[in-house]
Amino acid sequence: MTIDSLLFRTTLVVYALATGLSLADILWRRQILGRFGRMLLWGGFGFHSLNLTIRYLMSGFPPLTSFHESLSFFVWAIIGTFLLFHLRYGLPVLAAFVSPLAVVLMLVGSAVSMTVVAPSPALQSWWLPVHAVLAFAGDAVFALAAVAGSIYLLQERMLKKKRVSSLFYRLPSLQTLDNLNYRCLTIGFPLMTLGIITGAVWADRAWGAYWSWDPKEIWALITWFLYAALLHGRLAIGWRGRKAAILAIIGFALLLFTFLGVNLLLSGLHGYAALGAA
Amino acid sequence: MNFLVIGLSYRTAPVELRERLGFPSEDLAGVLRSITALPKVSEAMILSTCNRVELYAASQDPAASGERLQRFMAQYHGLDEEQLRPHLYIHSGRDAVRHLFRVASSLDSMILGEPQILGQLKQAYGLAEAGCTAGPVFNRLLPRAFVAAKRVRSETAIAQHAVSVSYAAVELARKIFGELAGKSCMIVGAGKMCELAARHLAGQQLGEVLVTNRTLARAQDLAEKFGGRAVPFAEFPLYLDQADIVLTSTAAGLLLTRSRLEQIIRRRKNRPMFLIDIAVPRNVDPQANQIDNLYLYDIDDLNGVIETNLRERRKAAKKAEEIIEQEILRFYGWLRSLEAAPMIVALRQQVEEIRRRETEKTLGALQHLDAADRRAVEALTRAIVNKVLHSPLSVLRRAGDDITGEIYLEAVRRLFDLDPAPKTAAAQQTESEDTPKQDIVL
Repeated sequence: MTIDSLLFRTTLVVYALATGLSLADILWRRQILGRFGRMLLWGGFGFHSLNLTIRYLMSGFPPLTSFHESLSFFVWAIIGTFLLFHLRYGLPVLAAFVSPLAVVLMLVGSAVSMTVVAPSPALQSWWLPVHAVLAFAGDAVFALAAVAGSIYLLQERMLKKKRVSSLFYRLPSLQTLDNLNYRCLTIGFPLMTLGIITGAVWADRAWGAYWSWDPKEIWALITWFLYAALLHGRLAIGWRGRKAAILAIIGFALLLFTFLGVNLLLSGLHGYAALGAA
Repeated sequence: MNFLVIGLSYRTAPVELRERLGFPSEDLAGVLRSITALPKVSEAMILSTCNRVELYAASQDPAASGERLQRFMAQYHGLDEEQLRPHLYIHSGRDAVRHLFRVASSLDSMILGEPQILGQLKQAYGLAEAGCTAGPVFNRLLPRAFVAAKRVRSETAIAQHAVSVSYAAVELARKIFGELAGKSCMIVGAGKMCELAARHLAGQQLGEVLVTNRTLARAQDLAEKFGGRAVPFAEFPLYLDQADIVLTSTAAGLLLTRSRLEQIIRRRKNRPMFLIDIAVPRNVDPQANQIDNLYLYDIDDLNGVIETNLRERRKAAKKAEEIIEQEILRFYGWLRSLEAAPMIVALRQQVEEIRRRETEKTLGALQHLDAADRRAVEALTRAIVNKVLHSPLSVLRRAGDDITGEIYLEAVRRLFDLDPAPKTAAAQQTESEDTPKQDIVL
């Protein structure tokens, strides 16, 4: 086992432990466990950063080349975004929802080939990291919006059904979650837009066309339209609450499909070099 | 010295009896003095609330003192003792300690986990201290009861969530809006229920408070109380789109239909709205709860929430009882360790005294021994004493940590006919001199 895959597995284990502790916190009111869980999340994030750095040094290219690397970077961005938001707004409970998502994506990431590959010459451009980092940063912020949306729906359901429980009391207020939805939207949307624009510019440099309607581009556009609609609805029509939460979840599902589904099910220019089993 | 409690509570006596037995607060010092004037009663404290009247006392003869306290209670309130007896409970020793700890932790309260009782108990103890009717027993016991109560509060969910309608409403509002500061509220109806609930809401630094009522004058009265504004009853629905929280409690029957509220939510641009309908029959169409971003709770819903919270508290109470048992054990352990130290000193002194006397006597008869031989005999006796005492002393030193420690302390006391004055709280040092028998059995 090489040092980078060892680090990757360590990260996965640490995230999994953090998941367990955070869940124990909200389900059984063990706040001290939640605090440990978040500390582990910071630790896992550290291992993860180290893993990505090492891969960068090994290949000489930003670790966004293979499917494995992209997934790994995506998770890194999600955890990083959560930690930043937590520092800024203090939303400890979200850890219990973000970390399981990270674990699932990391498991997918460990099922595919982890070998370090050099990007094909067409992709060897500084547009690659710019495009990919912007796109993944946007995706990570939207992931957080979807997490906030899921908690919103859970909480809203309990309020409507008039069923209170200890979980109910541990979740943030609807207003807090809705604000988070809005904040993520206003941060994520510009990032995503820039991600698509830089992608188009890069495509022009690499393949001579800004837009070639490959499946990834089509699905990215669909996703972009959905978020555009949600942002418009929020700002102009007064969509909020449940509707905004549901759209944020659908948006993230589309986004995941654009990222994972298109690569696994459809083929196109965005295919990665090594998709085989690890 | 033993600790005892005698009293009655909502569990054992109807309110008619409890209110007759309450001790007037202005006379408490005098009552405390007359209790400690009873034979063999050395300390006294009165806990008198609307749910319980209890006398706590330290006495050398708990059984007799219990009888006397019972008589005292009956006489003081001009009641027949027989009338009182079936409603009274008397606990002494460990049971009394447990009772005190449970009362302090609000495990014996009518509303499980309510926070007032601890303050009331602290006040009662303060009064006993001020009136010098608290002595070594209380001064050891009460602080431990407060510690136990604090542990229960922080380690269990016993005081966690609302168990009254108005607090439940505030708590739900917080789950919807987060911070309530700046949120506007409309109160429809100016009855007692409304006022009570409004008071809790007004404590949350709300923004604007609007009050409406059929008779405008009453609405104005209530509005004044909460720094709000009265609006005419006929026009109140026009103001509803400004209200985040709406509290209805009128006898007017159905006031707000679902379609009406749908309009209002639309005009509010879907900003969430929380309706609390505590009127029976209801003022708001229950179907309105299906509107997005609108949350409607009627009185049954709120009671359901309270019931769930109470269930959680009852669950927490089981854990709390365990904490109480731990604290009782810890208390007795601490007490024994306080008693063990003087016991060790006394035992050493006694044996050393015997050794010295017997050695002197023997050496007096053995005049032919030179100085070195005498020193050897002294050393021999010392060595024997130390060897013999080594094991019993180490058992005594550990007596504090061990549940059975009490047995050994008692055994040593009897075997060696020891009667040391225990280490008391520093303040009690002078007092213990004129009352030599101060061992606290509890």
